[in-house]
Amino acid sequence: MERTSLGLDNRKMAFWAFIGSECLLFASLISTYLIYKGRSVVGPYPHDILNIPFTSISTFDLLMSSLMMVLALAAVQRGDLRWAKVWLFLTALLGTFFLAGQVYEFTSFVHEGLTLQRNLFGATFFVLTGTHGAHVTVGVMWLLTLWWRALRGKLGTGNALTVEICGLYWHFVDVVWIVIFTVVYLIQ
Amino acid sequence: MPESHAGEHAHPTAGVYLRVAAVLVILTVIEVGVFYVPAFHPVLVPTLLFLSALKFTLVVMFYMHLKMDSRFFTFLFGGPLLLALVMTMGLMFLFGAFALKK
Repeated sequence: MERTSLGLDNRKMAFWAFIGSECLLFASLISTYLIYKGRSVVGPYPHDILNIPFTSISTFDLLMSSLMMVLALAAVQRGDLRWAKVWLFLTALLGTFFLAGQVYEFTSFVHEGLTLQRNLFGATFFVLTGTHGAHVTVGVMWLLTLWWRALRGKLGTGNALTVEICGLYWHFVDVVWIVIFTVVYLIQ
Repeated sequence: MPESHAGEHAHPTAGVYLRVAAVLVILTVIEVGVFYVPAFHPVLVPTLLFLSALKFTLVVMFYMHLKMDSRFFTFLFGGPLLLALVMTMGLMFLFGAFALKK
């Protein structure tokens, strides 16, 4: 383990710096969405198409995946590999459910006439939520890699920081969704 | 050897994680409820932004452990987050999102 002069692990410090840069990436996408909000000259418009009950379930799903993630980290930290495997798998599974929901949502929107090229709402909505979805996909792959390592007995208390860093990424994806759910879906 | 670092304290227990999850679910239910109740519509935007900020803070403080970890991590995250907020507000102002409608 490499330490910085601050006495902090350099991987964790670098990852927090990366998360800080990701804040700016998502802020630019959210800003673009907000600036162009209400400026589409043709429909469909947000209130015609956004499905709040469905997205609320997706939000609940992602919040629960964050809970599974911290339980996985707690299990790894106390050396309980059996439960670590269960929680890691459930986190990845809930992430996959979220992605499936997003694929369903995108498909139904396209069938209703909203595409990337259709209007400003379509362009900014798909870029913002699509970028978030790409981050969730990376997170699911990362979680499955950790789960696979746990299955092979290669994940112990000595790897707690590796799981914690994956958890930081996963929770960041969750907080970004908390903002998107409010700004895009609820404030129409 | 378990990995632990200077400036960091023990992470919360599973009980704390479960309580935070329960609060997050309750806040989400309130958010969706507020969206559907017409009486809240005059204060819909500030209410939703407040609830969203509360959920954001809970996840960052307890699940991402910023409450217990080194203050330097708070600086690494909080600095860009503040910059992002200022940038968003600035862009919205420049592009007339706050302009009064005639």
